[in-house]
Amino acid sequence: MNKQISSLFEKAGGVYALPVILMVIALPLVGSFPTWVTLTVAGLGMGMMIFLMASGLSLVFGLMDVLNFGHSAFISFGAFIAASVLSVLAVWVGADNWVLNLLALTLAIGAAMLFGLVAGWAFEAVIVRPVYSDHLRQILITIGALIVADQLVLVIWGGIPISVPKPAFLQGSFFIGDISIEIYRSFAFVVGVVVFGLLYLVLNRTRLGLLIRAGVENREMVEALGFRIGRLFVLVFVVGSALAAMGGAMWGGYQGLISGELGSQVMILVFIVVIIGGLGSIEGSLLGALLVGLLGNYVAFIFPKLSLASNMLLMMVILLWRPYGLKPAIKR
Amino acid sequence: MTDLASNPPASRVTTGRVIVWTLAALIGLTLMFAPFLFTDVRSQQVAARICVFIVLAASYDLLIGYTGIVSFAHTMFFGLGAYGAAIALKAMGGGWAAIALGGAGGIAAAIVLAFLIGVLSLRVKAIFFAMVTLAAASVMMVLASQFSGLTGGEDGIVYTTPDLFKPATRLLVDADGGVIKLFGVSLNGKIAAYYFVFLISLALFWFLLRIVRSPLGTVLEAIRENEMRAEALGYRVVAYRTAVFIIAAIVAALAGLLWAVWLKYTGPDSVLSFDIMIDILLMVVIGGMGTMYGAVIGVALMSLAQYYLKDIMEVAASATANVPVLPQMLNPDRWLLWLGILFILLVYFFPAGIAGTLMKKGGQK
Repeated sequence: MNKQISSLFEKAGGVYALPVILMVIALPLVGSFPTWVTLTVAGLGMGMMIFLMASGLSLVFGLMDVLNFGHSAFISFGAFIAASVLSVLAVWVGADNWVLNLLALTLAIGAAMLFGLVAGWAFEAVIVRPVYSDHLRQILITIGALIVADQLVLVIWGGIPISVPKPAFLQGSFFIGDISIEIYRSFAFVVGVVVFGLLYLVLNRTRLGLLIRAGVENREMVEALGFRIGRLFVLVFVVGSALAAMGGAMWGGYQGLISGELGSQVMILVFIVVIIGGLGSIEGSLLGALLVGLLGNYVAFIFPKLSLASNMLLMMVILLWRPYGLKPAIKR
Repeated sequence: MTDLASNPPASRVTTGRVIVWTLAALIGLTLMFAPFLFTDVRSQQVAARICVFIVLAASYDLLIGYTGIVSFAHTMFFGLGAYGAAIALKAMGGGWAAIALGGAGGIAAAIVLAFLIGVLSLRVKAIFFAMVTLAAASVMMVLASQFSGLTGGEDGIVYTTPDLFKPATRLLVDADGGVIKLFGVSLNGKIAAYYFVFLISLALFWFLLRIVRSPLGTVLEAIRENEMRAEALGYRVVAYRTAVFIIAAIVAALAGLLWAVWLKYTGPDSVLSFDIMIDILLMVVIGGMGTMYGAVIGVALMSLAQYYLKDIMEVAASATANVPVLPQMLNPDRWLLWLGILFILLVYFFPAGIAGTLMKKGGQK
């Protein structure tokens, strides 16, 4: 009986079917179909934003066994930099012209990502490189860096929450029949899908991606074959930081009002996603992010008080079932 | 962790060790006579905080320093103990039964949670465990503020403690019925409350010292140094780790109980916030991981720094008021910025912390 279920489960797509199963289970619980669609789209959009932030963290860990607790610093900085750029370009943001809107948004996200690239490179060189192989000191140092970065956010932007102007073309919702869908979340979902597609192509269709995947699988072997895994690692770290900054920028726009705690609040979700998904694989991160986003939205609708605890519960259940997460790149 | 491995065996007496012991003893003696040395309310508050945090930091050291487990859920257990006592004291009025019952409830909850987290995630990598505990702790914080019927939400709970601890209580009375004064300090309930906190903290610290000196402590260090080897020697690593995690959780819950009784108030900011977790981490690492006495030194240093560093920064900020960015960076509220930088440098250059670095110094006597 048990075997039958598991073979059926594998046939249905294995762990990849989980978000779909979750959606199907949620439908009768939510009750009304239009609400369910709204919640599902919202959950998918939220999940994709979390995916942006989680993918870099997961890959960095997979490749070099480095867990960066300072990752959330890039999220906060990304959000704040994008918000600043958007307020400077307030005229474009508010204009009734989607080209100008899009330009402002691109500039804001671009600025955040540029910061992520540069700061990620500096962070890797100064903070992470000296403590590659020592987990305890890694955790301590990156926590130290997180403290400093969080304080710097307070120094630069002050302790008062600031509001993020939302481009005019992303405001409000559109309707299909009586189903209302938030434009911003759909936009976030599309951006997430594009980024996931690009990452997937690079990792699975290029030589660079091949090397990165090989490095995740067995670092020593790749090194022994004469490839400089250190450089690859810096590259992955920098791209991961830029993605985190981008995710932070998107998240800031979605929240509307951001404060210094933004990074550490989101980071909890990011950690849960990475744990659920399994370290080292972007597919796992995507899966985890979608599950967390969907479950968070459904539960917030059905039992509002349990929203965050539901994700914790999900993590517990999945760890009981698969101690290394759903789709780990490596099992060690 | 290789730096700690090169420590000389615990039995050897070096000058460095003597310095560390003297420092710890000085801090202990100061705390012992604190109510008579510092009579103002604020200093007593600081002294009681140091007592409770020494226990909390030492139990954290048992995890991070002796066993190599990085947990971010220590404030969760601290909070469970505190909330257990607080809820019982609020519901049953200020009596010893409430403290015992609430404390037992809090400790039981801590044991169950520690067991669950330990069994679920101590099997896998240390880093995984750090993430799981971080997630668990933040969920606990959200739960505490959402179930406001039980926990008072963000406002927390205010309650009364046993009559013995009321400032109006007279411990010793002279012939006229007035409070006897010792060195100019009235022996009232406040003193009783302080010594309640101090003595239990002392007992808990002694208990932790006994653990790390016991065969169990040796096994823990073996696991920290080489997990595979310890396993190969026949020690069940997961069982030991889980056991230690539970012990540390119980001690943290007891510390929470003490803090709840002393403060007569329990809220998310006083026991559960992530800032406290950061504080504990900084205290243990600055003091010296894997030394126990390091926790004493770290806590004393950090607590003093929290008060005096702010004063210094206040002066520095007003002195540089005309320079563009500096005043914001020197704002007393930004003291964590400088502590964070100090912390990073310390982890780079003195990973053994103050006590650990000192202990390695000096010839053998």
